Amino acid sequence: MVMGSLTQDAEVVVIGAGPGGYVAAIRLADLGKEVVLVEESEDLGGVCLREGCIPSKVLINVVDIGNSAVDAKKMGLNIGEVSYDLAKLRKWTGSVVDGLTKGVRLLLEKRGIEIVHGRAQFVNNNTISVDGGKVTLNYKHCVIATGSRINELPTAYDLPLWSSADALKLPEVPKRLVVVGGGYIGLEMGLVYAGLGSKVTIVEFSERLLLGADPDLAGVMIKQCEQRFERILVESRVEKVEESGDGYAVTVDHNSKKETIETDQVLVAIGRKPNTDNLSLENTDIKIIEHGLIDVDNHNRTSVPNIYAIGDVVRGPALAHKASREAKVVAEIIANHNAEFDNRAIPAVVFTDPEIAWTGLTEREAHEQGVNYKLGKFPLRALGRARTMGRTDGMVKILSDPETNLVLGVGMVGPHVSEMISEATLALEMGATLEDLMVTIHPHPTISESIMEAAEVAAGSAVHIVAPK
Amino acid sequence: MFEFKLPDLGEGIHEGEVLKWHVKVGDTIKEDDPLIEIETDKAAVTIPSPRGGIIMTLKGEVGDILNVGDVIVTIDDGNGVSVAPTETKTEEVVETPVKVEALALSAKKVEALEVESGRPVPAAPATRRLARELGVNINIIKGTGPAGRVTLEDVKLIASGEALAVADQAAKAEAVEKDDSCAVAEFAAHASTAIPFLDIDPMPDFAKEGPIEIEKLRSIRRKVAHKMTTSKILIPHVVHMDEADVTELDKFRREENALREGQGGKFTLLPFVIKAVIAGLKEYPALNASLDPLKEEIIYKKYYNMGVAVDSDRGLIVPVIKNADQKNIIQLSDKIVELAEGARNGNINVADLSGGTFTITNIGPIGGTGFAAAINYPEAAIIGLARAQDKPVVRDGEIVIRKMLPISLSFDHRIADGADVARMVSGIIKRLSDPYTLLLEI
Ligand SMILES: Cc1cc2nc3c(=O)[nH]c(=O)nc-3n(C[C@H](O)[C@H](O)[C@H](O)COP(=O)(O)OP(=O)(O)OC[C@H]3O[C@@H](n4cnc5c(N)ncnc54)[C@H](O)[C@@H]3O)c2cc1C
Repeated sequence: MVMGSLTQDAEVVVIGAGPGGYVAAIRLADLGKEVVLVEESEDLGGVCLREGCIPSKVLINVVDIGNSAVDAKKMGLNIGEVSYDLAKLRKWTGSVVDGLTKGVRLLLEKRGIEIVHGRAQFVNNNTISVDGGKVTLNYKHCVIATGSRINELPTAYDLPLWSSADALKLPEVPKRLVVVGGGYIGLEMGLVYAGLGSKVTIVEFSERLLLGADPDLAGVMIKQCEQRFERILVESRVEKVEESGDGYAVTVDHNSKKETIETDQVLVAIGRKPNTDNLSLENTDIKIIEHGLIDVDNHNRTSVPNIYAIGDVVRGPALAHKASREAKVVAEIIANHNAEFDNRAIPAVVFTDPEIAWTGLTEREAHEQGVNYKLGKFPLRALGRARTMGRTDGMVKILSDPETNLVLGVGMVGPHVSEMISEATLALEMGATLEDLMVTIHPHPTISESIMEAAEVAAGSAVHIVAPK
Repeated sequence: MFEFKLPDLGEGIHEGEVLKWHVKVGDTIKEDDPLIEIETDKAAVTIPSPRGGIIMTLKGEVGDILNVGDVIVTIDDGNGVSVAPTETKTEEVVETPVKVEALALSAKKVEALEVESGRPVPAAPATRRLARELGVNINIIKGTGPAGRVTLEDVKLIASGEALAVADQAAKAEAVEKDDSCAVAEFAAHASTAIPFLDIDPMPDFAKEGPIEIEKLRSIRRKVAHKMTTSKILIPHVVHMDEADVTELDKFRREENALREGQGGKFTLLPFVIKAVIAGLKEYPALNASLDPLKEEIIYKKYYNMGVAVDSDRGLIVPVIKNADQKNIIQLSDKIVELAEGARNGNINVADLSGGTFTITNIGPIGGTGFAAAINYPEAAIIGLARAQDKPVVRDGEIVIRKMLPISLSFDHRIADGADVARMVSGIIKRLSDPYTLLLEI
């Protein structure tokens, strides 16, 4: 820990200790570089560990178990009313997050990485100051990994509405909850609270929930949502939020029809914005592009050659695994390896119930880009394992090149697809063809067999479905 | 409008430096009028215009590097838009003194490999990494695997060929030209990637210490820099040194020169050394071979093309005596004179500058008691001759004066071992010290 005012030379400075920054720091240290990691928060691990991926999945897991238990009643499970102990749940979430953040600190410290706590700001292309001069660091290379923060609802700045970070702390289970935003964070959190007992209303601006996913995949999940949520409003804009009694009145404009919804709490999940405005980037020659993102090349190099940027502050999906892969690439480049972010696919996973995952080309992208493809779709209904679980809602689909049978993209919805998407991503990275997926033996009975089956459908030779003649 | 692209200038030549423009924008020219003079790594070329018309644009000033395939001139020929195919009938187009052979070869290879689509080619991550490390743009390779998948072998094959060097060189030249510090840094990083501890840091600011002058690394200087870096980094050099007693040979040579007075050139020691070396190479074929590190193969050459290093105004040039083993001393001697002159006054065929299997470098006329020459990559060895001098040596217990020629042989230790090389050099020395033995093999 550095105290007082101090100027220090550092080989590499990494700003931000999220899945981008801490991974970069570790990889750099392993490659023999001296690294100083600057992080504003006391806890390491970034949004992902503190208030993102990890705590959200802890809650989703518990609620999924509860829901499964209720579902299993009809299969013969004897169980009383399922209920949740919020205090215990908070403690459990906290202990998981704590364990991981401490683990990250240990990993960093064991490698001799110096951690400086405070806000980093650029002084020029080669220097940052921390907490307005507490520490000044002159670096040879710098990696910006400051991530992103929650977008606030412009119409309700001063009301204490929930963000996803607040919701993850489980302050209470409101009787009625309005979730503004039908993207993956809104849906994941909405389903958690629905599971815990809230009557949830989702308000989404565009024409359907989870616009990023292909409609057939999203459709399966939306059907489930229709059972779990009180209401789903699409093509609806939140006009204003006002305090009303102990809760709020949310005025929604739905195709010019106005409606006011009374609720006990409002969760705002309308996207995130990059943390690039808190860095005094104007003191550098770093180029900023749309939405405040930092411009980088395929080496994640900014317009200043010795400054790199990774994770949520640059283009591409704002996902932890993308940040971590970029981190490794950048670390290797700084260590003079010939690395490049040349990944063919960044998998996307939505931990709703059922889960949705896709990788490579989506059907929407194929249409937009005018790419011809052959589609093989396999419904889970036809799969033994799905039946044993009573979870036949779902499918796997594969887009392949009609001429070469090269796998171009894979989408899935159903149980465990968050795990299965990695096989499809490997197939894309390796340049696999349908045949490669078809001849690979998939263990029976598992959901993963559906990948093999979907490849067979695409190739026109599926064993387990009857092709329409 | 007619766009003229810099045609292929011969095997392995991807670029040239503008020596002189014969035209300027606005000039009216006829077909076959000279357009531009370009100096390549190997020779100077005058390129005539394939069309008549008015010059609309020119690319590049004197001293600039142009790449094969660049549009260098646009000519308003009264027609609409048209582009000259890169494989123009260069053979007729290019004037002497350069005879261009084996052209279009490299260009054709690239063409065959070019993929139109902007989509990345299918290839496993490890294959992609290898391509990066070998400096190959994987996206222009047509893979041989299923569905066009690019395999490790495809990448190695391409990397070993000339074809892709074109693209890479062009990109590099572009980066340097644009003074794109970012891209240059990238190249430095790229180069030092494979070698631990190798730092290619920017130069210190020498101007701080005193006056400086900056000259761009161009043409032959640049080529030598490429060749020598490759040679020294890739080939584990070992140098073997010895002295040959050339007293008798020198006497014989002088006698012959006296007899031939007035009938053509004089003999130097060089053609005799070439003969002795070729006899040695026949006994030790490894030194006439090349090692392919990508395919892990040794390629033995069954022909003997002897490169002779020549010092010219433009820098080091290595003309090659083809099939030197089939020439007698007189023919060798004549050929050396012809090539050396050609090299010095820039009047030499491209074909005479490539295809060597072994190189001799002779510092003797300038002086020196011995030196370790760098191998002319991808050959396996080079022999260096220093100055033959009268020296006291011991013969049969007596100190006598003999003419001694210092010889050093630098060889590729991957292909050959020291003992064999020592034997070969002994053989060479034996032949040189006894001209009559040498004669038997001629
Ligand atoms: C509710 C929620 C659920 C999510 N679930 C998933 C999921 O399941 N899977 C997934 O892949 N992604 C998920 N994400 C997204 C994921 O969290 C981000 O993509 C990821 O954290 C980005 O990593 P990063 O390293 O770029 O930045 P961050 O994780 O945001 O880390 C940046 C760090 O930099 C620090 N910092 C910022 N500015 C400064 C400064 N000036 N000086 C010093 N420090 C600074 C911050 O304190 C922070 O710790 C989720 C996000 C949320 C909000």
